[in-house]
Amino acid sequence: MAGEERNLTNHDDSRPVRVKIDHVRKVFHTRKGEMVALNGVTLDIHENEFICVVGPSGCGKSTLLNIIAGLSEPTSGAVYCDGKEVVGTGTDRGVVFQQYALFPWLTVKKNVMFALEMRGIKGKKAKEEAMKYLQMVQLEKFAEHYPKELSGGMKQRVAIARAYAAEPEVLLMDEPFGALDAQTRTQLQTELLETWQREKKTCFFITHDVEEAIILAQTVIIMSARPGRIRDIVKIEIPYPRTQETKMTKEFMDLKNEIWGQVYQEYLEVRK
Amino acid sequence: MDKKGKTMADKIPKKAWLLISFAVAMVLWYVLSIIPATSRAFPNVVVVLSSIKTMIERRVLFGDISSSLISVVLGYLLGFVIALPVAILMAWYKPVRFIIEPWIQFIRNIPPLAYVPLIVIAAGVGRKPQVIVITIACFLTMCITIYQGVINVDETLIKAARVLGASDKDIFVRVIAPATLPFILTAVRLGASVALTTLIAAESTGASAGLGMRIRSLNNSFESAPMLLYIIIIGILGITIEKLIKYLERRLTSWQEKREI
Repeated sequence: MAGEERNLTNHDDSRPVRVKIDHVRKVFHTRKGEMVALNGVTLDIHENEFICVVGPSGCGKSTLLNIIAGLSEPTSGAVYCDGKEVVGTGTDRGVVFQQYALFPWLTVKKNVMFALEMRGIKGKKAKEEAMKYLQMVQLEKFAEHYPKELSGGMKQRVAIARAYAAEPEVLLMDEPFGALDAQTRTQLQTELLETWQREKKTCFFITHDVEEAIILAQTVIIMSARPGRIRDIVKIEIPYPRTQETKMTKEFMDLKNEIWGQVYQEYLEVRK
Repeated sequence: MDKKGKTMADKIPKKAWLLISFAVAMVLWYVLSIIPATSRAFPNVVVVLSSIKTMIERRVLFGDISSSLISVVLGYLLGFVIALPVAILMAWYKPVRFIIEPWIQFIRNIPPLAYVPLIVIAAGVGRKPQVIVITIACFLTMCITIYQGVINVDETLIKAARVLGASDKDIFVRVIAPATLPFILTAVRLGASVALTTLIAAESTGASAGLGMRIRSLNNSFESAPMLLYIIIIGILGITIEKLIKYLERRLTSWQEKREI
């Protein structure tokens, strides 16, 4: 795709904008001085869009996610969710963390109920609703188990169910499958896509795995090394449902080479 | 596990090992009681057990046990009641932490026996100084342990609760409190052990009864049999309290991935 003009603001999507990231800059003050984590990041996240962000470690992917979630404030610039400026966390934006972040003292069901209770759903209704979300991730049989009794993949499914139970508009996922083995990861990718197509949620998904980004996303954002900027935006036109066979197609391979090449260049930058 | 498969050590049940261990200790005790060099300090089992009768006849045994238990329980509870809020304040407010923590660490390393005379000068003799000494020792240990627990609460859990819409109060009651519970229970266990090990120091304050006080007074008359008996009683009390608290820990924090701190 060399030579083609690169559209770095993806304003061309016709769907309504859910999240608007407007010239976000983030500077951390460390002992060694200032560290610019993000510099002038501008991006629109559209309704029902599945966006994946790839980039070398330390490119500010997670910082960007934290700013959208409201867990961190931008040094300058702003994030708007449904037109309103993001100040602090809000239930319109759910987060799935890499470390699962399940409450270990609560059973699987009660973890999901936590999200429901925060929405004001209590008692019997909360229990019934929780089971519905657990069915969604096929874990209804494990409702009474504690997180320590589950495998990594199951824990992350519970975390996804809990995030859905909060009924957010946008689902922010910070390398959710990064700690899982390859097989479990593939399985969870498939499940996530099914859920996404059924529930019609907007997904902002961070990964360092290029294949994962292409198989999941409609739009792949490539971030540059520190300071984090958007290096390129690649539209993935492969139709859904995408399966493991999709990874064998030429279209997929070409995209993989193209994106991986760019990420690798950034990786070399970091090493310098 | 050093080897795969069942070794001889695994084949024998835990309970049987306890009996074996007990038997070994008894043999060792017997050996100590017949070696001339140690026989005066370690009278044999029969002599020690018969000193139970002696101490009951002197009308001191139960009084000593209850007096010590009262001091230990009072000092321990007071120590806990003070340690809990101080630990939380230390974890939440940096100025409080920076001012208090160095002194807790400093005093914690001083044997209580060293400052007992000062407390007697300030508080007089009797129950009061005993309780104060135990309170100080328990407070120091429990405060540090609980504080560590509160500052080590996994931050992702707090973030997770926050993005689900939890308020500050929700986060305190539903995340920080349960996440800290294992540390509080560890503090409760360590505190109990400190309370007992401080007993001798606490009862050197001119107490009129108590296990520690009695050991000192028996020392003056070289009565090693009842002394050994009292030492064993302190040991039994200690292990009983620890077992009780461990049982409580297992019941309350069975959700934990790793235990035994």
